[in-house]
Amino acid sequence: MSTMNVSVTKTNVKTATSRGSRFRGLWKYRWLYAFMLPGLLYFILFRYVPLWGLIMAFKNYQPHLGLMGSEWVGFKHFERFFGMPEFWQLFRNTMLLGLYSTVIYFPITIIMALLLNEIRNEMYKRFVQTLVYVPHFLSWVVIAGISYVLLTTEGGLINEAIKGMTGGAAVEFLTSTEWFRPLIILQLIWKDAGWGTIIFLAALAGVNTQLYEAARMDGASRIRQLWHVTLPSIRSVIVILFILRLGSFLDLGFEQIFLMLNAINREVGEVFDTYVYRVGLQQGQFSYSTAVGLFKSVVGFILVILANKLAKLFGEEGIY
Amino acid sequence: MHTHPTKLSRLFDSVNHLFLGLVGLAMFLPFVYVVLTSFSTQSTVWPTEFTLDTYKYIFSTATFVKSIGVSVYITLIGTTLSLLTTALMAYSLSYKVLPGRSGIMLMVLFTMLFQGGLIPSYFVVKNLHMLDSTWSLMIPGLVSAFYLIVLRDFFTSVPHELIESAKIDGAHELTVLLRIVLPLSLPALAAFGLFYAVGIWNQYFNAIMYINSPEKWPVQVILRQIVLLASGGLGDSGNSGESVAYYGQGVKMAVIVVSTLPIMIVYPFLQKHFAKGALLGSVKG
Repeated sequence: MSTMNVSVTKTNVKTATSRGSRFRGLWKYRWLYAFMLPGLLYFILFRYVPLWGLIMAFKNYQPHLGLMGSEWVGFKHFERFFGMPEFWQLFRNTMLLGLYSTVIYFPITIIMALLLNEIRNEMYKRFVQTLVYVPHFLSWVVIAGISYVLLTTEGGLINEAIKGMTGGAAVEFLTSTEWFRPLIILQLIWKDAGWGTIIFLAALAGVNTQLYEAARMDGASRIRQLWHVTLPSIRSVIVILFILRLGSFLDLGFEQIFLMLNAINREVGEVFDTYVYRVGLQQGQFSYSTAVGLFKSVVGFILVILANKLAKLFGEEGIY
Repeated sequence: MHTHPTKLSRLFDSVNHLFLGLVGLAMFLPFVYVVLTSFSTQSTVWPTEFTLDTYKYIFSTATFVKSIGVSVYITLIGTTLSLLTTALMAYSLSYKVLPGRSGIMLMVLFTMLFQGGLIPSYFVVKNLHMLDSTWSLMIPGLVSAFYLIVLRDFFTSVPHELIESAKIDGAHELTVLLRIVLPLSLPALAAFGLFYAVGIWNQYFNAIMYINSPEKWPVQVILRQIVLLASGGLGDSGNSGESVAYYGQGVKMAVIVVSTLPIMIVYPFLQKHFAKGALLGSVKG
């Protein structure tokens, strides 16, 4: 009995000392932890508590019962969502906008960076860059607002020009199903194509000039230099940005789309995010809309993982 | 660079210069048009006689003036809080020996890949009693994971021998931060401060989601109402029951100009910094 007691006390002492030294290690850095505290608190409260809130998607959330008190319904909301005709519409709208931005907007940023890179006159290059970066810093409300005052059928500059030149009727850019997607992509190009060149330009600036000299010695034309020197040197940057693009494939321009949506173009313009807002916050179907949002997050997450795997398959580094 | 520029090569250069110049102008001209029209007397398509009436009108409108006040307030306070929180956390995470550092980094990185989404975030704000308070425009976006990581990389590059020697001399952690690290990082801090400020000034969706009282709306929300909602019921996703008056093109343009002006003022400073910021970010991906 007494030996047992002794051994128990011994282990107690042992754990106490190791705990004590670990505590002293932490204590040594107490100020650093204190500095970190507000930020850590932020991440927990605003980035991780919402993850916990996702269980709402599997419950029938009723505000007066609270999150824990609400009834557990499993995948009911998901089944309802997948069975709705809206599901395929949202899926199509989101995918098409993501696809267009990937195959139209993304290559445009690369091409613009390559063209800018060919300009040898630094002053002129700076001038062009200054102009094309500006729209990136304006809010989507301003971009949408300017699009609106230019395109409206009631005295918008572009429609007045169309009427003046063709003598025909004004084009309903803002309230038509055909013009919605082109409009969104054009706005995206206007706002961010210039800004999108920055990372490529930085990568292009880092290309070893000796490679170009060697290529020229071998009699390579500028096109061949582009193909054999320039593009291979920015390949990994292109791949990384492509992965990041795929990751945000589904949450493409929520603020932007929300501003351009109206009753007439909703059938082509409604995407997962705007649907979550409308059904969740405006109609109060919290659990159902959380399920829709969760579905979108999971698909987005899978897309990043897949894109990253693909990049590694092609011998690139990937993002993690 | 060009030892023997061929004819074709020279032709390409001319076309390229012309083309990029046109692209630049095409992206910038809409703003010029908006500015010109905002000073125009009539709502014609082309700017006519010069006037300040549109500006007098919008500055005599209480809701607009108030919204500018709200935006200035949240931008100043919000940027200060964001920058302070981000810098403190980034500094701590720049210590490679700090126990738990990699775990916290992983936690931060994960938030970039997977988010709880709109509804759960709304409930967090609601349960913290921030609904209809201007805090909801500053706190939910307090720290950007991306800026945090870039700033941490920046702090890592501050010579640690300086820090070590100061500590050997008995300097307090707070002294090290305030006297050595922050002064050395002023350009980076200025850059991220500007980025935060632009982000807060430009946000509108949080305000639509969280703020119900019109007197607490930032200028972007008012801008949306005047330019997009007041025009024949476009943009039906607005708050119901808003009564919106009709505004002429000139007034809309003036509102766009005023709400964009602060950005244009800081743009030269932004331009000085952002290439560096974007570059730093791209290194780690």
